[in-house]
Amino acid sequence: MGAKQTLTTLIMALALIAAGTTAVAADLPDQVSLDTMAKLFNGVEFDHAMHADLGEDCSACHHHTTGTGTSNERCMGCHADSPGMKTVQCSGCHVVEPFSAKHINRDASNRYQFHIDMPGLKAAYHWNCVGCHEQMDGPTGCQECHSRTTAGDDFYQKKAVPAVAAAKGEH
Amino acid sequence: MSGISRRRFLAASVAGCAATTLAGPKKALASGTFSGYPDGMGVLVDLTRCVGCRSCEAACNKEQKLPAPGRPFDDMSVFDETFHGGKQKRRPDENAYTVVNRYNPEGGAPVYRKVQCNHCNEPACLSSCFVNAYTKTPEGAVIYNSKVCVGCRTCMVACPYQVPAYSYSSSLDPVIKKCIFCYDTRLKKGLPPACVEICPQEALTFGKRKELIKIGHQRIETHPGRYVERLYGEKELGGTSWMYLAPVAFDQVGFDPSPGNEPIINNVKDFLGTVPMVLAIWPAMFTGFHLLAKKHKGHDEHEHDAEQQHGEEGEEQ
Ligand code: SF4
Ligand code: SF4
Repeated sequence: MGAKQTLTTLIMALALIAAGTTAVAADLPDQVSLDTMAKLFNGVEFDHAMHADLGEDCSACHHHTTGTGTSNERCMGCHADSPGMKTVQCSGCHVVEPFSAKHINRDASNRYQFHIDMPGLKAAYHWNCVGCHEQMDGPTGCQECHSRTTAGDDFYQKKAVPAVAAAKGEH
Repeated sequence: MSGISRRRFLAASVAGCAATTLAGPKKALASGTFSGYPDGMGVLVDLTRCVGCRSCEAACNKEQKLPAPGRPFDDMSVFDETFHGGKQKRRPDENAYTVVNRYNPEGGAPVYRKVQCNHCNEPACLSSCFVNAYTKTPEGAVIYNSKVCVGCRTCMVACPYQVPAYSYSSSLDPVIKKCIFCYDTRLKKGLPPACVEICPQEALTFGKRKELIKIGHQRIETHPGRYVERLYGEKELGGTSWMYLAPVAFDQVGFDPSPGNEPIINNVKDFLGTVPMVLAIWPAMFTGFHLLAKKHKGHDEHEHDAEQQHGEEGEEQ
C-alpha cells in the first residue's frame, strides 16, 4: 500500500467519522432537565453539551445505548457489538421506582438475567455523575448539583416542636 | 379499638401458650431451619454504596412521626459521637429507629453502616416475650403490639443486636420501640420502607429475601475485590430479613464476626422449660397484665391484631 493510498483511506475514514459525529451531534440536546424526581432537592439543569465535549466517548455515560459499544466489562459479555438503541435516555432503562411491587414482581425471564440488579434512576444518576466527578474533581456535594427546596430544608433540619404543643400532641 | 378487651387478651395469650407448648418448642428448637416466610421481603444493605448522607434517618423520623432530633440530619458531626468511654457508637433508640455510623477501617476509606432492627427469621425478641407482644409477619417484618407489652424489657436483653429500646417518656406507659420495617404504612401495602425509598445511592435494595440472597452473591461474584465474601444475615443467628455486604471484614464495621448460625432461641431452651409453670400461674399473672394493659389505652400506633396474627404464624411454623 502506497503512502498516497494510505493518506486517502485516512482522509476518507476521517470524513466518515466526522459525518457520523455530525449526524449524532445534530440530535444532541445541549441542556437536559433532570427533574422527574425533584422533591427535597430542585431538579438538575444538566449541561449535556459541556459533558459531551468532555467525554471521550458517549458510552462513558450511555453504556451501549448509543451504539458505540460499551466500556463496562460486564456489559461487554453481551453488548460488545450491540447496535444503538431506540432510546438513549437514562430513564429508558432505569426506572423511577425500582422497589415498587410491580417492578419487583415483573417477569424477570432469562433474557434479563444480567439486568436483575439494575439500579433505579436516582441511583443511576448518582453513581454515574458522582463516580466520575470524584475522579475528575467535579462537584460531589449534594447542593453543588441540586439546591435544596424548602421541603428539603424542613426534612433535613426538622426543628423540635415547642414543648407546649408537643405535650398536647403526646398520647 | 379502645384498649384490649379481657377476652381477646386471654384468647391471644392462651393461643400463644398453646402454640408454644404444643407446636412451638419442637419445631423452634430444631431450628436454624426456618428460613423465613417464602415470600418474605428483606433489604440488602451494601456498605460499599452508602455515603453516610443520613437521609434514611430523616426519612425514618418523618415516616414514624418521631420527635425532632438533637442535631439536624444534615449535621455530620454525629459520626464523632461515642459512648461508654469511646467504645460504642450511636445506637437506635426510642426516638430514632435507625442511625448511620461511620467506621474508619485500617488503611481504607471510611465505611458507613446503617443500623436498625434486622427483622430476624427467628427473632429472639419474639421468642423471649412471654405476653406475645411480637409477631413476625409473612411479609418479613417483626412488629409488636404496644398494648400487650408490659414493659418487662426481656426483649431488650434477648435481642442479639441490641435493638429494642424502651420509651421512658412516661413510667406508666411502658413501651418498647423499634423499627417495624414501616409495616403499617408501607410494607403491608407492598411499598418499600421510607429509608429505602429515600436512599440516593441505592445502598438499600428492597426485595424478596430469597432473591436478595441471589443478588448478594451475584454482586460478590461480579465485582471481585469489592466485597469480602460474606453475605451477613443470610445464615447468621438463623438468618435475618436485612442482610449486609461490606468492603472490609465485618468486625471492622461493628458486626459480631462470629455470632453462629443458631437462632438465639436455642440459647433460651431453659427459659422455655418454665412454660408449664407459666400456664399454672397464668390466671393470677393475667389479672396483673390486664390492669397494666388497660393503661395503654392511649397507644394507637402499631396496633396489631395479636390474636389473628398469631394464628397465621402458628399455621406457618
Ligand atoms: S434484630 Fe432484635 S429486635 Fe429485631 S427481630 Fe431480631 S431479635 Fe427482634
Ligand atoms: S440514605 Fe443511603 S447513602 Fe444515605 S446514609 Fe442512608 S443508607 Fe447511606
